Amino acid sequence: MRVLLIDDSKTMRKIIKGVLATMGVTEIEEAGDGQDALSKVDAFKPDLILLDWNMPVMDGITFVKAYRGMKKMTPIIMVTTEAEKNRVMEAIQAGVNNYAVKPFTPESLSTIIQSTMAKAAAKQAA
Amino acid sequence: MNMDARHINAFLEATKAVFDTMLSLPVEFEKPQLKSANHTHDVSGIIGLSGDVVGSVVVGFSRIPAAQIASALAGSRLEVGSADFADAIGELTNMIAGGAKAKFEGLAVSIGCPSVVIAPNHQISSPSGVVGITINCNTAAGRFAIDVVFQSCGKASTKTKLATPSAAADPSNTKLPIGNPI
Repeated sequence: MRVLLIDDSKTMRKIIKGVLATMGVTEIEEAGDGQDALSKVDAFKPDLILLDWNMPVMDGITFVKAYRGMKKMTPIIMVTTEAEKNRVMEAIQAGVNNYAVKPFTPESLSTIIQSTMAKAAAKQAA
Repeated sequence: MNMDARHINAFLEATKAVFDTMLSLPVEFEKPQLKSANHTHDVSGIIGLSGDVVGSVVVGFSRIPAAQIASALAGSRLEVGSADFADAIGELTNMIAGGAKAKFEGLAVSIGCPSVVIAPNHQISSPSGVVGITINCNTAAGRFAIDVVFQSCGKASTKTKLATPSAAADPSNTKLPIGNPI
């Protein structure tokens, strides 16, 4: 599985990479903001995108709208401190597939990733 | 809108969640108190609040606790001033402020991107006339403080006075009773 990890915090990217490593994921591309990520999606061709919300240059919700506007259907999980219901709804409406709230345990993030990929596989098979 | 017990409890709960979940480091809270004008830190993570409340959150440390807590979050040894140190302090501040503001029921609040100040005995000033609170926190890695300042932005205001919760080592006992404005 190829994962595009978008977060302006190197510390958070390292933490999430640790979770992905326990899941056997080794193909990871990192981006520090949405614009940086958009410049990498065509070359990297991710199977999953993990995305922070609050970032400089281009935030997560702007990235989602731009990415879905390119008709790209790769599953996106928003990994963020933005936990209010209206924020979650805004993200889902923009095209986010699932949502993980910081702080998270490795187990909880792993479960969300697995369920998101299972749903995406089932949708593709249907 | 001024700060009341619900807002302070939101910071207690968010801080506990971050330290329990991401650092595996239990945190104990002292009695929240009015923010002192000459409160100093060696390292400060700062994040702005905007929307229905306007203000700031400062997570302030002395050097050694800052290095130890940043290292616990990052999972590797970080020295104060190293390339990844400020990033870790910023992310810690982001999670505390973001987790707290998500608990502000009925208020639309946004947080900015964090900044980090590293300088011996610096002060983070607040606008005059604005009341802030300080929550001193203790962990096995050392002590730190959370300074929270809210400024009215036209919504219904609450009279500001200091509540006097009993100090306790158990974070759940440090929570303020809902309805007590400070």
